[in-house]
Amino acid sequence: MSGKTLYDKLWDQHLVHDDPNGTSLIYIDRHLVHEVTSPQAFEGLHIAGRKPWRTDSMLAVPDHNVPTTVDSADIDDPVSRLQIQTLDQNCNHFGVMQFGMSDPRQGIVHVIGPEQGLTLPGMTIVCGDSHTSTHGAFGALAFGIGTSEVEHVMATQCLISRKSKNMRVRVEGELKPGVTAKDVVLAIIGEIGTAGGTGYAIEFSGPVIESLSMEGRMTVCNMTIEAGARAGMIRPDQKTIDYLEGRPYTPKGEMWERAVASWRELESDADAVFDAEIVIDGGEIRPQVTWGTSPEMVVSLGESVPDPDAEPDPIKQEGMRRALDYMGLEPGTPIDSVSLDLIFIGSCTNSRIEDLREAAEIARGRKVSGTVKQALVVPGSGLVKRQAESEGLHRIFIDAGFEWRNPGCSMCLAMNADRLKPQERCASTSNRNFEGRQGQGGRTHLVSPAMAAAAAIAGHFADPASL
Amino acid sequence: MEKFTVLEGIAAPLDRANVDTDAIIPKQFLKSIKRTGFGPNLFDEWRYLDHGEPGMDNSTRPINPDFVLNQKRYAGARILLARDNFGCGSSREHAPWALSDYGFRCIIAPSFADIFFNNCFKNGLLPIVLPGEMVDDLFDRVEKTPGFSLRVDLLEQRIVSVADGSVIPFEIDAFRKEALIQGLDDIGMTLAKADRIREYEERRQHEAPWLFSQA
Ligand code: SF4
Repeated sequence: MSGKTLYDKLWDQHLVHDDPNGTSLIYIDRHLVHEVTSPQAFEGLHIAGRKPWRTDSMLAVPDHNVPTTVDSADIDDPVSRLQIQTLDQNCNHFGVMQFGMSDPRQGIVHVIGPEQGLTLPGMTIVCGDSHTSTHGAFGALAFGIGTSEVEHVMATQCLISRKSKNMRVRVEGELKPGVTAKDVVLAIIGEIGTAGGTGYAIEFSGPVIESLSMEGRMTVCNMTIEAGARAGMIRPDQKTIDYLEGRPYTPKGEMWERAVASWRELESDADAVFDAEIVIDGGEIRPQVTWGTSPEMVVSLGESVPDPDAEPDPIKQEGMRRALDYMGLEPGTPIDSVSLDLIFIGSCTNSRIEDLREAAEIARGRKVSGTVKQALVVPGSGLVKRQAESEGLHRIFIDAGFEWRNPGCSMCLAMNADRLKPQERCASTSNRNFEGRQGQGGRTHLVSPAMAAAAAIAGHFADPASL
Repeated sequence: MEKFTVLEGIAAPLDRANVDTDAIIPKQFLKSIKRTGFGPNLFDEWRYLDHGEPGMDNSTRPINPDFVLNQKRYAGARILLARDNFGCGSSREHAPWALSDYGFRCIIAPSFADIFFNNCFKNGLLPIVLPGEMVDDLFDRVEKTPGFSLRVDLLEQRIVSVADGSVIPFEIDAFRKEALIQGLDDIGMTLAKADRIREYEERRQHEAPWLFSQA
């Protein structure tokens, strides 16, 4: 018999029961909750007279609707406010720990889990949010679920699930200067497509992945769902352990030693067989910019917007035409000549301390171009914000002409007041460039924090390494 | 959950690949704390010419005449014909809620995104995967024949063209089929296994006690 993959091991450790009908009952260790996908689940519990199975597995935090302007004490939009109040009430009623809006630890749910040590290797982690894949960076099995499943996990601590197939994406070689984790994952999505990972759990490995910091690994796993896979993961190593040690909710003392010993065994066996295997040469990856309305519509800096006429598949061709029309771009336009109206540095993909350092490095001593209307920096959590301020990063941004905001999802999906107007063009460090994602008619280009900062300074896409 | 056995209705073609859940139901409508009422805002940005916000009177909004669901011939459609990777993106269950609230009970496509596919079954919505050529053929027939209707028979696992009686068989996982037919409550079924869950917890607490301390 061949060995097991990391995913196989995580699955087996959490298997409660294999049903003859082909489904499995999987135990969930950590359940993260936010205000948008939980109200109907809590309501379901109420109606059925059920209680959460284990409230100590849960952490709730409002993030999608929260305002990020520094002077806004409350939310203007009554509908948003009601959603946040509903989360408050539900957490109080059911006894769920919540980092509320005024808590200094509040922030984007996927930034907070790891930051607090609530995300640990070997866990199963779910959240009513597709970017839960982020937590796989720690060697956890983490994936997004719908609201019915949120209710199911609350009520039973389990999910009815089916095992996915195994895919390994190896990134070989060494990255060139100025190329970041975001470029790596965009290049992977460009290669396998937005449905390339459907039905798979992806393990990322290889020297490039190992060389990434925990923040960089989270960026890669975060966007696994953009390649169609619900879960992405990276085996835990010394970096993982060092990142976690001493965080508020990590195990302590002898328990820590035991936990670490078990984490060291979490890796794919040498003879494990993957259903699909992709190998990418990291040395070939250049800074990436998306040109269309799907994350797979991506080119390297130095390339041009592609021509639909060159695409043989008629459905893809039509999709490209529609995307170009929506994005207001002509085929053949060099991507670095495209100028920007707004810059957004934030989201659960790229709002951690290292992302901010990366952007600040480019912004230091420079000025945002006069042609850019607004440049936002939105830290992923209150603690990231505090850390950045203690390093003086906020000064660099403010002096360069960026706005320094409070934590939240912000312009990643524009549920709060931060949004694009029709036809405004934005270089964004977020994860989705779908039509209307950042505001109706808004045009999103996904890039790394370094590229976003470089675009802010130059007014158009530019190689961060050349500034 | 509403049971699903046999469904007969008009099929409407949505001819684009990678339709994401942001397009199915834009984020401003996710602020609702209810499960219902999303139908009028299904595909909001494609369906209307203005910008939609929760609380608007949708009946007075300017309609986009080019959008397929606004064409008279597809009024009252219950089956949606779609392309590859339908429902990609966000995990929002508001997407299947909006589709069923609008009146759809079945979506036929060559492939679906995983989370969306899963969410459909929790809401009595049947997603059917058919090979690409069959879907192409259905698109052809729907566009050529006004009022083109299908009968989706879940019990027999087949789709029948109402006009000519031609039959397309489809595959579905046995457990999901049963749950749809019976309108089963997942939580109730899992709680029936509460003893097994407790046994698992007890064993796991010995192996990995740190997983059971706070939050
Ligand atoms: S930052 Fe964006 S992608 Fe991440 S959880 Fe918030 S809305 Fe979702």
